[in-house]
Amino acid sequence: MPIEVNGKTFETDEEGYLANLNEWEPDLATVMAKEDDCELTDNHWEVINFLREYYDEYQIAPAVRVLTKAIGKKLGKDKGNSKYLYELFPYGPAKQACKYAGLPKPTGCV
Amino acid sequence: MADFEIPEPKEIPVIPRVQPGVMSHSAPFVAKPNFQEPLGFPGELVDNWEDVAVKKLGELTGKYRSLQVYLDSCVKCGACTDKCHYYLGTSDPKNMPVARQDLLRQVYRRYYTLAGQYFPKLVGAVDMSKEVLDDWYSYYHQCSQCRRCSVFCPYGIDTAEISMAAREIMDAVGQGQKYCNEIIGKVYKIGNNLGLPEPALVDTLEGLEEEVEEDTGVKVRYPVDEKGAEVLLVTPSADFFAEPHVDGLIGYGKVFHQAGISWTLSSHASEAANFGMFIGSYENMQRVSMRVREAALELGVKRIVFGECGHAWRVAYSFLNTLAGPFDFLDPKYPVPQHICEVTHDLIKRGALKLDPSANDDMVLTYHDSCNVARASRMGDSPGGQFFIPREIIKAVCNNFVDMPPDTIHDATYCCGGGGGLLTDDLMELRVKGALPRMEALKQVVDNDGVTHMAAICAICKSQFTKVIPYYGFGMDMIVSVHQLVSNAIVLANNEQ
Repeated sequence: MPIEVNGKTFETDEEGYLANLNEWEPDLATVMAKEDDCELTDNHWEVINFLREYYDEYQIAPAVRVLTKAIGKKLGKDKGNSKYLYELFPYGPAKQACKYAGLPKPTGCV
Repeated sequence: MADFEIPEPKEIPVIPRVQPGVMSHSAPFVAKPNFQEPLGFPGELVDNWEDVAVKKLGELTGKYRSLQVYLDSCVKCGACTDKCHYYLGTSDPKNMPVARQDLLRQVYRRYYTLAGQYFPKLVGAVDMSKEVLDDWYSYYHQCSQCRRCSVFCPYGIDTAEISMAAREIMDAVGQGQKYCNEIIGKVYKIGNNLGLPEPALVDTLEGLEEEVEEDTGVKVRYPVDEKGAEVLLVTPSADFFAEPHVDGLIGYGKVFHQAGISWTLSSHASEAANFGMFIGSYENMQRVSMRVREAALELGVKRIVFGECGHAWRVAYSFLNTLAGPFDFLDPKYPVPQHICEVTHDLIKRGALKLDPSANDDMVLTYHDSCNVARASRMGDSPGGQFFIPREIIKAVCNNFVDMPPDTIHDATYCCGGGGGLLTDDLMELRVKGALPRMEALKQVVDNDGVTHMAAICAICKSQFTKVIPYYGFGMDMIVSVHQLVSNAIVLANNEQ
């Protein structure tokens, strides 16, 4: 089902992940989050931005330990763990945060 | 939390009354052409799909004698009816193994038995139709191919093999499952289920090396593509990516480090999983397996060791030699392949690892036997090794261990509810409901014995439990890797390789 943001239509796959990575814009993340009753704070954006930077370099979302380490560096050691990430993204940081960041869903036994 | 009813775990499990059709709506996303074609399947449902399906069924019964025996030999005794976790969790009678088999058997009878050709109504034979195909797509994706029913079948009918055949037929007519087929395509293109490219793998492993050194003060290596290493470790890519899997991977590295065994991962075979088995495709299973052989030859290793992955161990233990052998270039002193638990168990027995089990004193452990390890393979050199080797490892590294009830462990183990290619969000209702029998068994030892954690040696089990266990009121961090426990207990020495 396509998502309408600022008069533009974004195609998504069956699970609501953005079809074309390059079309992503920040307002899209806000709209996607709103659908899940989630208000994006600066801390959410730290994660989303890191995911996009990492994906840009490696064509994959970061592994959980890569992500927790990076967030710990940015937001403080007490936040560098998956418990904190699950507080931000209760459906799971890998899947929910990737969706808002416009990245494909991680596949496999995860 | 969920838009379906979560089953209530009972103290004494009850066989539910049948509720026909309650799960008929459950079906995974269908694979689009771009996920079908790289595997050699038609992109979408072909025009004459009824004929293609019937012909493929005949081809499969001709190729696999076992399949024909299974389709011919059921006597409807009913022993299997209450053995499937999906039946127990959903109450849908089509999730009784006999009924699941009959979905294929009814078509087999119509076209390949004399009675079915002439008197179809008398023998429950039906024509191949869209209704049948829809039923197949729904209910053959409600079987995790765990083979618990076959343990109780007096004829040994293996529903897993029937569901694999049905999925192969569906792939052949162009109606494949998105989850499995997208993933197999990623293995071909990138090397693993996740789609983790080599630079990301290297970056992730470097991060782990730093983490372990920070935690322990010891430089433990997590090498990739190192030629001349003794051991090639083939492990599920979830071990690089997710928790608690990654703590198991950290454990493997510590074991090798401490034993002084040089080892390497491979970016070419950066995945142990082989979803070719789930979709019943010999060709795809073989193509996925060949990567392991190619990597072993390329890196010049002497041994191949598999990490904690249930169905990968089935493929490795039972089929690898036929699929990708012979492995005469490896050191004949070691089994081909070996399970990481065999390696660790052997080292523990020989006193080669210094362990401090009090490191795990904050936990009371139980152990979940993964279906493909328990019922489709072995470990070690004596019967039942697949049951006692992981438990002996846990007991060597933990002071508190309790088993779940005997009818839920060893070869009677219940599936986690997410195996066999069903670990996908579009089947969440099925996954939650199918976990019920395991959750009931777990609740017993939590309530009676104070169990705090459940260990597993399968990436699917770990991910499935982490996801569904909160629906039953447990914490997701209750699930641990067996080698995570080893990792906690192992006393490292500086052992530069």
